[in-house]
Amino acid sequence: MSNDENEPMVRFENVGLRYGLGPEVLQDVTFSLAPGSFHFLIGDSGAGKSSLLKLIYLALKPSRGLISLFGRDIATTLRREFPAMRQRVGVVFQEFRLLKHLSAFDNVALPLRVAGARKSEIQKHVVELLSWVGLKDHLDARPPTLSGGQQQRVSIARAVIAGPKLLLADEPTGNIDDRMGMRLMYLFEELNKLGTTVVIATHNKHLVERMNYPKMYLDEGWLDMVDPAPGTTGTGKFASAPLDKAPAADESGESHPDLEKLF
Amino acid sequence: MFSPHSDLLHDKDSLNRFLPWLIAFMVFLMILAMAGMLVLNAITARWDRGISGTLTVQIMPKENPEKNAERLQQVLAILARMPEVASYEALNDDQLMVLLEPWLGITAEAHDLPLPGLVDVELKPDADLDVPAFAKRLAARVPGASIDDHRVWLERLVSLIETAQGLAALVVVFIVLATIGTVVFTTRTGLVIHREAIEVLHLIGAQDSYVARQFAGRALALGLKGGAIGLLLALPTLFGIGILARQMDSSLLPDFTLTPSHWAVLAGLPLAVAFIAMLTARLTVMKMLSRML
Repeated sequence: MSNDENEPMVRFENVGLRYGLGPEVLQDVTFSLAPGSFHFLIGDSGAGKSSLLKLIYLALKPSRGLISLFGRDIATTLRREFPAMRQRVGVVFQEFRLLKHLSAFDNVALPLRVAGARKSEIQKHVVELLSWVGLKDHLDARPPTLSGGQQQRVSIARAVIAGPKLLLADEPTGNIDDRMGMRLMYLFEELNKLGTTVVIATHNKHLVERMNYPKMYLDEGWLDMVDPAPGTTGTGKFASAPLDKAPAADESGESHPDLEKLF
Repeated sequence: MFSPHSDLLHDKDSLNRFLPWLIAFMVFLMILAMAGMLVLNAITARWDRGISGTLTVQIMPKENPEKNAERLQQVLAILARMPEVASYEALNDDQLMVLLEPWLGITAEAHDLPLPGLVDVELKPDADLDVPAFAKRLAARVPGASIDDHRVWLERLVSLIETAQGLAALVVVFIVLATIGTVVFTTRTGLVIHREAIEVLHLIGAQDSYVARQFAGRALALGLKGGAIGLLLALPTLFGIGILARQMDSSLLPDFTLTPSHWAVLAGLPLAVAFIAMLTARLTVMKMLSRML
């Protein structure tokens, strides 16, 4: 799959979404995400954040409008080409969606196995990443025996293990304390610096205020984009945050040389 | 087909618990019914051969014993010229007495009684003889000669056996249908609780065939396990029936032995059932996935 440098990772044009014959939960949503950008998606629960993310990770089809992912119009992409596209998208689900009968290790290993990675490679990477999110002693634990915060970290580890080009997180800090929350945000920032495009849906104002990234506001199905970086035309319903304009991440925190090797 | 390493370690779910045992019982019943049908098939086939393969020519005695011997010679001469006849043997008086002993007792003297002449005729295996027409011709040339082709009493026996055979076939058909239904239904029900796993695998970019393989391989393993249990239960049962049948030592009933090809059919049943389980799992998962984008 090829997409040239200027091709947006995600592009929505007049996208509408309705479930069955119900009202539209998303209306005329138009935006694009440049490669390497970092966005917060903000909105009250029920505003359509999860629906918007589902459209991006190809779990739903739009009722109208155009969506392109990695430069490809999904309406004209064959169904059998979707798995390869999904493998390049990491998703942190709001309800985690961990497989209960699998250990934390096996849950995190799934994306690598699905992509056909070697056993030794899987072993090394999964242990490293789970150690980094503080679950070194819970490799064999099954999700029901873990706390909500621990499950969330497993699900984040699963989303990033295969080094996705695009990372979508639905309320990733909902169940964990601020310290761990910031640590995970740091992980997302590191991934972003390595070139991953990141979208984080949240209603945690604390988090959003502490990190200076472009925001997408969803209100009753309508999308507004606000780009805090100076000089961008972040008006109305369309904006993008190119890589060079993304604000520099806070480098004062602890460094994680291991992280570079992970991806 | 059957991957030694599955990415989804499966828990104790309904599929795991019920499928092998349901399959075991169904395979057990199916093997017994099938074995019964195969044995009945063998019996009727043998009796059918018996009927068409042998005849008995009977020459009713007349007043003059010399004439009787002469007529017997006439019959033998006719039989000797017939291309359909493989061999024939006229029973002598001693053999006749042995046959009549149950009715007349050992003291009876053959010479005192007007005994019929009997000729055992064995036809060639491929002989195509119109027995009633032959009987007419024979009676015209040798007065008092008639043919008993055992048909009357064997036909009744065979029709009885054939009825039983038809019933056995019906039972086998029903059991096969019930087995397929059970395996299909249990497999599908068991997979419903894995819907979440199927969906997650789908969303992290697994190909449909990859997801289907995970579950089909497991259904095959469970099916083979159940089939093996059923086969292990059925074998001693069949051997037991075989021993009992041999003890009866009846000359009327052929022995209840299954040929190697019969054993192959019976051993193939568990494999077929396991294969059905695998196919069902694959189709069910593929169908679930096809509803997802």
